[in-house]
Amino acid sequence: MLAEAFTYTTPRTEEIIRLLPELILSAAGTFMMVLIPLAKDRYPSLFGNFSIVAILSAIAASLFAFTNPGTAFSDLMVVDGFATFFRVLVLSVGITTVLSSYRFLHREGTDPGEFHALILFSLAGQCLMVSANSLIMIFIGLEISSIATYILCGYLRDDKRANESALKYFLLGSFATAFFLYGIAIVYGATGSVALTDIRRVLISAASPPVAMIGIAIALMLVGILFKISAAPFQVWAPDVYQGAPTPVTSFMSAGPKAAAFAIFLRIFMTAFQSDAHGWAPLVWLSALLSMTIGNFGALLQNNIKRIMAYSSIAHAGYVLVALAACSEIGTAAAMFYLAAYACMNIGMFAVVVHLSGKGERHLSIEDFAGLGVTQPVTAALLTVLILSLIGVPLTGGFFGKFYIFKAALQSNLVWLTVLGLLNSAVASYYYLRILVMMYMREPGEVTSNIEPLPFTLQAALFLPVLGTFILGVFPGALINFANHSAALK
Amino acid sequence: MPTSAGQTWFPVALQIVIAMAVASAMIGFSYLLGKKVKNKVKDTPYESGVPPVGDARHRFSVKFYLVAMLFILFDIEAIFLYPWVVVFKELRMFAFVEMLVFVILILCGFFYIWKKGVLDWSEDRSDVKVAPRP
Repeated sequence: MLAEAFTYTTPRTEEIIRLLPELILSAAGTFMMVLIPLAKDRYPSLFGNFSIVAILSAIAASLFAFTNPGTAFSDLMVVDGFATFFRVLVLSVGITTVLSSYRFLHREGTDPGEFHALILFSLAGQCLMVSANSLIMIFIGLEISSIATYILCGYLRDDKRANESALKYFLLGSFATAFFLYGIAIVYGATGSVALTDIRRVLISAASPPVAMIGIAIALMLVGILFKISAAPFQVWAPDVYQGAPTPVTSFMSAGPKAAAFAIFLRIFMTAFQSDAHGWAPLVWLSALLSMTIGNFGALLQNNIKRIMAYSSIAHAGYVLVALAACSEIGTAAAMFYLAAYACMNIGMFAVVVHLSGKGERHLSIEDFAGLGVTQPVTAALLTVLILSLIGVPLTGGFFGKFYIFKAALQSNLVWLTVLGLLNSAVASYYYLRILVMMYMREPGEVTSNIEPLPFTLQAALFLPVLGTFILGVFPGALINFANHSAALK
Repeated sequence: MPTSAGQTWFPVALQIVIAMAVASAMIGFSYLLGKKVKNKVKDTPYESGVPPVGDARHRFSVKFYLVAMLFILFDIEAIFLYPWVVVFKELRMFAFVEMLVFVILILCGFFYIWKKGVLDWSEDRSDVKVAPRP
């Protein structure tokens, strides 16, 4: 054993290429840290532009790495269709976050440098998570992503709400991560490996698989992952954290890290623990139902747009869990499609909230949307598209997302869950439609009468997601085909 | 290979004896040779420079925490150098490059905190932004 520990191989070129997106992001983030003290306040847009270039090159690197898919560094990570899909997804979320934060950071009078560096580090962690093929690598990616996100939540350090948000997220988040880590330790104890493929082999081929130990490990890891995707019964943190965090960060958290957490959920449970599906699928079933119900009914009672979006985010996590409860390849593909569609609608939505809330984020009540349709017709129309997508109206990405998920659920005979999910969607339309009613059927209020047109960067952060929503809603074929091809995890 | 329990545990016993000898030599010699000053401050138990009796809820300057955190960071860096030295002969160039990357990353962090004024304890720095007191 000891001799084996000393064998090493210098990384081969294709291995470096498979790690290239993470390398680019961390190098760019580190370089930016050096640049911050040198540039001081002289070039306010420098950091944002730099991170957009870095993220675009990381997307290019992910696509280039996919031309020669395979594993790297003794199976520690794997570049396949699944990993590439999620890498491009979280990186696109990163770009729109940067776009919606230019004006925000300027308005709140805070330093842009560290903000963008943290976004880059968080993205590097998420890219590592989605392409990791071993529990330890998944854990490292999860930590890189989470720690950067904890800091981002409290980025406005003079704001008490942001402090509360960061502290709550940090304390609860590190507790959840500890559960996850304990699960990894037990898996290693029971199977003798942390590599997903090895665990799968042991669990399938062992004469007497360590059922009790794996059961405990699965339960512990579920706690950690369900927390990260803000699914019930571990959703309590989400409304407070989402409300207190700076709005671009809320938008980032609800799309990027969440998608990455779903990616590791799918990868771990559809490969390593697939043979134990009869054990964990009922738990996912229950969590899906609870998340949808708590999320949608919770949102009915809220009046703060960020809290509404937080509860809506819990509910949407519930919909994706329906696809996971199906535990089939088309379920995985449906979850992938839904996460892409959800990222589009959420980010566009928050871009408008960033603009509307004004300095110090004072205007977050739903009444502040009153009359937006009159004063800013284009913005309101684009927002309407996103809200219709959140409800799941045809011709939007949200419709096909729900369609594929419930189709996958029905194929796995989850009839009750499908029925309850559809009923939940009906409940959800109430609070989404309230925003539409406010925008089009109320007289313009103080906020909307004095609102300036959206600056260019926020226009881009709103327009690109709307475009994505339409593309996914009108031509879903291309993406769902890709998802179906890459859903077979090995 | 040691054959009996005595041979196995002999190094441990030796270590204990040496440790005790060194410790008592230090205390003993300083007792015998050292200058003796008796005053109130000198006789107070040492507790990291803080008065040992009184309200524990002081307000500390945030600089203390920054320095403490940075100490831990750079301390860990030094710890990584030990195992690196042990395997350096086997890994050669590969290990050298890896450690170079690691040290450059640490240096970037060092440059950042230095330029941000974390190491500067004087009050009058106009280019460092300090959050207003509540």
